[in-house]
Amino acid sequence: MYVAIHYGREPSVINVKKLKKRFGPITAVDGVSFSAAKGDVLGFIGPNGAGKTTTMRMIACLTRPDEGTAEINGFDIWNDSLNVRRSIGYLPENTPLYGEMTTLSFLRFIVDIRGIAGGDKERELERVIDICSLGEVVHQSIETLSKGYRKRVGLAQTLIGDPAVLILDEPTDGLDPNQKRDIRSLIVNMAQDKSIIVSTHILEEIEAICNRAIVINRGRIAADATPEEFRKQGGGRIDEFFETVTRGSE
Amino acid sequence: MRTSLVIMKRELQGYFSTPLAYVFLFVFLFFANFLTFRSPFFEARQADLRIFFDVLPVLFIFLVPAIGMRLWAEERKSGTIEMLFSLPVRVGEAVLGKFLAAWVFIGASLLLTFPMIVTVNYLGSPDNGVIAAGYLGAFFLSGCYLAVSMFCSSISSSQVVSFILSVMACTVFVFADYPSVLVVLQKFASPGMIEAVENMSFVVHFESIRRGVIEFTDITFYVFFIAGWISAACVVLHGRREA
Repeated sequence: MYVAIHYGREPSVINVKKLKKRFGPITAVDGVSFSAAKGDVLGFIGPNGAGKTTTMRMIACLTRPDEGTAEINGFDIWNDSLNVRRSIGYLPENTPLYGEMTTLSFLRFIVDIRGIAGGDKERELERVIDICSLGEVVHQSIETLSKGYRKRVGLAQTLIGDPAVLILDEPTDGLDPNQKRDIRSLIVNMAQDKSIIVSTHILEEIEAICNRAIVINRGRIAADATPEEFRKQGGGRIDEFFETVTRGSE
Repeated sequence: MRTSLVIMKRELQGYFSTPLAYVFLFVFLFFANFLTFRSPFFEARQADLRIFFDVLPVLFIFLVPAIGMRLWAEERKSGTIEMLFSLPVRVGEAVLGKFLAAWVFIGASLLLTFPMIVTVNYLGSPDNGVIAAGYLGAFFLSGCYLAVSMFCSSISSSQVVSFILSVMACTVFVFADYPSVLVVLQKFASPGMIEAVENMSFVVHFESIRRGVIEFTDITFYVFFIAGWISAACVVLHGRREA
């Protein structure tokens, strides 16, 4: 299971420039810059509280950076927020969904919000239900679904309208090994024509789905390379490398 | 506007897929009928809905915040607000959609009190024009309570806190023209200020409408009051993203 390395050949879809965010005296994100092109699956990895979610929330236009900016598909995250959000599918941490709705009515709501109308509407619904294998639970209310299915509904929501960028905040968190594998293969299958950012604190996940990983520690980028390079630098063990870069500054 | 309507539709579906709508309707209709038809409705021997429209401003103090409290507090608590605002939705569109859904729902609840109209028409010959004006006024009145409640809901992620704040704020706006309030104000406020406070009362503006006199100033008050509180909720939710 691996995705071809594209960067360098495709133009950047995500261009993050020196993002900075402070919460009171704490600097949560401190000058994060990176870019990603079509076909990239970028893994965000780092200890809890390192600034992964805050960075993703800024890119998804959910919180305003104190300094710096980012361009998604050529649109600025603050000046052109609606177009940015049209280009993004965002899965928040813990997959918040409207529990009282059925899977189908929820997905239909997202299709309507994204302005897909006419015959395209049903086609789009069929497409995402098929990709995420939700056929069995379309008429079930979301609050009665298992965690695995809830994640899949969350993922299906991000795919509606076929956005160029996916931002997935801990998409496999709390799932059993089989469910994790399902979600990972879903992400890999979608990777060819998208630019995906996935946050995680599971190291094996980086190797399984990402062609590039960024280690974030205390709001800064501590390392940015391919998983192979991480392994090489850790003397064959990716966890060794992770420990060196995240503990090194303590 | 299209997005607002999509959000409004989802919200309305949400009301009826949980017990919320049914509990609200039951409680509202029970108390509206109970408080209207207990004495002195029959003793008064007048075929009109005067008592119903007397009761409404007080009934709304508790019931409208029950609908309004969840509008944003629930989204914040469950985190769905993150998902909602990661979609191509303007804050104003979402606020308007949610407000309209709740307002339409309360409007529908008001319409379900139609057996009262049937009853007074059966018992005598009331002026149905006055009754219609009363309902129009009641609808705008409920919009004011709702706009205040939605604002309170936008500032807290706890539904209980937003409910209590809404009830308190609505109480202030209902009783602003009461003599006891004005007497206290007279001790330190200028006459202009007292008049201003009196004019902020929901009930003052409801009084003439329910008597069948639809005045431009009263409708204008309602429209501006509702628009003002909706805008305030938008500012709060915008500010949340800036934080």
